[in-house]
Order: sequence, then structure tokens, then C-alpha cells
Amino acid sequence: MTVQPDTGFPAAPPVDEPSREWGRLDPRMIIVRPLNELLGLLIPLFAIAFLGNGETWRLAVSGATVGALILYGLFAWLTTKYRISETQVELHKGLLLRQRLAIPRDRIRTVDLTSKLGHRLFGLTAVRVGTGQQERTPGEGVVLDAVTAAEADRLRQVFLHRPTATDEPTADQPADEGTPISTLDRRWYRYAPLSMSGLVTIGIFAGFGMNILNELDLEFSKVGFIRSVVTWVTDSNPLVVVPAVAGVVLLVSVILSFLTYLLQNHGYHLNRHADGTVRVRRGLLTTRSVSVEEQRLRGVTLHEPLLLRAGRGGRLTAVTTGLGRANGSGLLLPPAPRAEADRVSAEVLHAPTAPTAERLTRHPARARTRRLVRAITPNVVLAGALLLLAASADWPNWLWITAVCLLPISVLIGLDRYRNLGHTLTDRYLVSRSGSLDRETVALQRTGIIGWKFTQTLFQRRAGLLSVTAVTAAGKGGYAVVDIGEGDGLALADKTIPDLLRPFLAPY
Amino acid sequence: MRSAHARTRQTGHVENTEWRLRPPANLVSKRAILHWTLRAAIVWTIVVGAQAIHLLIDDGSSTWVRVVALVSLVVAVAHVAVMPRWRYAVHRWETSPEAVYTRSGWINQEWRLAPVSRIQTVDTARGPLQQLLNLSTVTVTTASAAGPVKIENLDASVAARIADELTSTTQATPGDAT
Repeated sequence: MTVQPDTGFPAAPPVDEPSREWGRLDPRMIIVRPLNELLGLLIPLFAIAFLGNGETWRLAVSGATVGALILYGLFAWLTTKYRISETQVELHKGLLLRQRLAIPRDRIRTVDLTSKLGHRLFGLTAVRVGTGQQERTPGEGVVLDAVTAAEADRLRQVFLHRPTATDEPTADQPADEGTPISTLDRRWYRYAPLSMSGLVTIGIFAGFGMNILNELDLEFSKVGFIRSVVTWVTDSNPLVVVPAVAGVVLLVSVILSFLTYLLQNHGYHLNRHADGTVRVRRGLLTTRSVSVEEQRLRGVTLHEPLLLRAGRGGRLTAVTTGLGRANGSGLLLPPAPRAEADRVSAEVLHAPTAPTAERLTRHPARARTRRLVRAITPNVVLAGALLLLAASADWPNWLWITAVCLLPISVLIGLDRYRNLGHTLTDRYLVSRSGSLDRETVALQRTGIIGWKFTQTLFQRRAGLLSVTAVTAAGKGGYAVVDIGEGDGLALADKTIPDLLRPFLAPY
Repeated sequence: MRSAHARTRQTGHVENTEWRLRPPANLVSKRAILHWTLRAAIVWTIVVGAQAIHLLIDDGSSTWVRVVALVSLVVAVAHVAVMPRWRYAVHRWETSPEAVYTRSGWINQEWRLAPVSRIQTVDTARGPLQQLLNLSTVTVTTASAAGPVKIENLDASVAARIADELTSTTQATPGDAT
């Protein structure tokens, strides 16, 4: 750490500064916190309380849970206090485990305002402050949960504003709406089903539902509707059942994915603000407003999962310090047309042309062999193991036959992975692309690279290939150019940051 | 880094010299071989030992249990015999006023390069085995989540000297190293 808290420094005349007294969170949080938790637990609680035969323990458990939540809300409010001084933000919280958190204000890179449904009923907002430090566990860090929306907005301005000699902060600035970069277009909803979020939701619900039903000893067969469905599925011809079930799952997943898109991205706005931040606002029930300091924006990642790519769409996230990896807080653009993603990436990065749309240099043909081997090997091993088990332990034959039938698909995935490998260097960005099922194109600011990592497996060494990882403080911490030719990889790294690598290179 | 393929050029968008990474200048301590050997031997003793005890107690073990035990014994001997020397040939390090440069690994190898201006902390650490052998590991962290640059198994005095040097150059460099 090189920054010292400048304690000996005379206090600058603060105009916009918040009081230096300890503040408490909004008292309405005593109600809101239990309410938010309850909303999440509504279904399980309801199931526990009412699905049995009205035994006392069920009611007691539900009552105790609600009571504990209310007490938790009360103590959380009583024990939490925060203070914003000239140099740092301090937060004290916790009853059993007292935590005292302090972060220097000049290290604040991002501010994330999130209002869950319970918050919104009372006009409150949780403020999460992100610094350049890497979060060790998600959820760590300074979160003021919650203050009034107006206070939250003021805090954001205070946190992200850098007072300088020439630029005096003023308290009465009109609300800064910023210049719009992108807003939600209703036609983007067609990309919702392509993001597979519906299938994921079905999976989660199925697992969750099964768990609850198991816990509660419910007997399926007692419910007439379910029984008749089960009877139909077991008794009918598989040729009818399989397409029917697939159709229902598909339909439900499409509906759910529309719903997810609506919930997460309703009212999406991406704006640039005069205080040097870009701000993303979105959400229907839970609204989020994430501000990223532009100076700390190190690049963007374009995500194109297979289906989305087939529909010529993409999703954009920010490569920056100070955003947790959890909860998609780095999202810049929800699934949208690829052209829009390119336009937004150019616009956000102040680049004349989109780095994500650059023509990329392909990797040597030797890399294809490697991609193929890596795609096929797990499949072959799996098929072999299943065949062995079928022969020795009476496992059904269709398992290994299915695994063998999947081989052509893994060949295709391997070829596609090779086809997608690529890299290039623009004036300010290193662009690298890889992946097939989840293709990612990352544009990383060259000045944001703080080191190199070169890795070579035995097979890469034999094929004269190399993986070059640009190490950075932002985002994932390292972005790789996979399976580039050895000489090309080193020349690329050398060219990206002149003079750094050169002393450690030798000509052949 | 010496394969016939590497010399054939695929693209022509960069200058014409074909580069390779030169090995960093310094070897780690010779006692590192002993450290890696002991560390591997301890782990394998537990794994193979547990299987041996199982075989001794349980007379009616099936064939595949014996096969697995035999295979682990062979792998253990090969690993303990080959890995330490191979590592010793690979692990190298170098510091310059501008950067820290390391090479590590054995089957899979890794080169790390961190500019001194981006260094945040420099630590030395010694495990129990390392204390016995008077060895030390230098860990250089940067602001990245990609993991620190480590120089394993240096002679303790060398490690202390490097840590001191790097710490003083780092402090002389302004900025928050991100």
C-alpha cells in the first residue's frame, strides 16, 4: 500500500461534505430488513406452516422464524453506524461479531445502489461501495443497507466526486441526468429466450421444490392432478411422452426467460455523467443503479453464449476494479443485438471504432488439434468408463451409447473453439477472444496491464504454443490469449507494453 | 521452448525476429530438491501407507484394490524420483530495477513478469520443512486477483535480501500500483 492517510493535512473547506458525526441507517430498516428476508422465505414458510395437518411444531417453527427475523432487523439497526470523514468511510456493524470497516475515500471506484422490493415500499436504497481491493469473498466490503433514496444519491455524488483545487464541489448542483449511451429497446426481448435463463430457472426451481417436498414428506400421489400426470407419463408411449415433456419444458423456459429479462432489465438506461462516471440503471422489482468511475474502467467483455450468438446478439460487461463478481453488477448491456453491443462498447470506451468488432488474427493450426483433443478427451473417457461399467457392473447400455453419440457434438465444439480463438492489438486495447458455448471477447486497456503470465503445458511446448495472460487489477485479474504461437505471443506481449518484456527475450 | 514448430511463422503482422523467453538468471537453492522430495514423500507415504494398512488388515481384498495400490506405489516412486530434479531445472528467478521475472513448474511451466512499479507487498514465508532446511519463499503481490508471483525455496539469506531490495524500490515508486 502506498497511500498514506493524510492526517496532517489541513482540512479543505467542505461544502458538500456530510456531517462527520456517526450516522445510523434509516430507522425504517427495522421493518424492511425482516420484510426482505420474509419475501425470500415466503414459499418455504408457507409450506412449513400450512401443508401439514396443523401440528403445533409447524406453527411454532414458522412463528420462531418470523420472530427471529424481526429481532435480527432490530439488532442489525441498533448495532450499525457509519461515518464519512474527509479521508475515509467508516462502518461499524454486527452484534456477536463486531466489525469495524474503514475504506479510504480516494480508493472508491464504484458505487452500487440496490433497492429490493421491501426497500422500495419505503423509498430506501442500499449503497455498496467498491474499492480497488479485490473482494476475497462475495458480499464482503462496505454496504450501507439502507438509507433514503435521496441520501443514497447524495452519497454517490460525495463518494465519486474528486475535489480538486480547480473544481469546488457544490451542494446545490441540479440532478445530473447525464448523456444517454443506450436505453432498452422493446425488440431486445427477442434475445431473452436465447440466454437460457429460463432453463436455469426451471432447474433451480425443480431442485428447490424437490428439496422442500422431501423435507415435508408430502405424498405426491395424494394430489389427484399430479397422480394423473404421473400415470399418463408412465403408461403412454415414450414416443409421445418425450416430445410432450420437451415441449412443455421449452414453453415454460421461454416464458420464464421473458420474465427474468423483464425483472432484471426493465427500464435499462446506460448514461454517462459529468462527474466522470458511467451509470447503469435497471430492474423492475429490485432496481439497481451502478456507477463506475470511467478512469478505472479497464475495458469491456462481450459475452456471446452459443444461442445468443446464433441470434446475432451479445451481452456486455465492464472490466473494472471495485465491482464484486456476484450478481452481475458489472453488466453494461443486457442481451441485445451484436451491433448495439459494439456501438456501446465503442461509446463507453471512448474509442472511434469498437475494439470488440475488430478483425482478429487467427491462431496457428496446431491450436486446432489441441482444442479438438481437449473437447473430445473427456467425452471418450466418459464413454469408456460407462462401457466398462455396463460390461462389469450391469449398468444400462444406453448410457454409453448416448455418450458415444455425443462425440460428433464435442468434435464440433472443438472446431468452433478453434475458429473463435483470436487476438489483436488496437491503439489502446488488447483484444482476445475464446470459447464456444460461452464465447467471450475481451478488450483490455493496454495501460491497465500490470504484468504478464506465460503458461505452457507439456503438449503446448511440443506444439510450440503458449498461453499469454495479461495480468490486471480489474475484473477477473487476468485475461488470457489462449494457444497463440510461441513467437507471436511474445511479440504481442512485447508490443502491448513496449520495453517491459524486451530485456527478458532472446532471439532464436 | 525448443520445438521445431516454433520456428515456422504463421502470421506476419509483427516484426520479423522470432523471440523466445530467456531463462531467468538465478537458480533456487540446491536444498530445494530435498524440500520437494520430502514434501512429495510425506504425501505419498500417507496415501500408499493407508492402502498398505488396508491390504494387511483386510485379507479378502479384491483384485482391483491390489491393482490400485500397486499403481499408486509406482506413481509415487516415479513422482518422488523425477519431480524434484525436474523442478530444480525449471525454477529460476531474476530481479532487475524494472521487474521481477520468474519461471516455475515442471510438466506444465509458468513464466511470470511483474513490473516493480506495480508491486504492492513483498513477503517472505517459511513452512516447517523449509525452516529445517533454512529455505524461504518470497511472495510478491500486485493489485491483481491473478495470484502473486512466488519465488519458492530460496536460501533464507538470499530471500531476505531480495525482499529488502524490492521493498525499498517499491516504496520509492509513487502511485497506488493498480
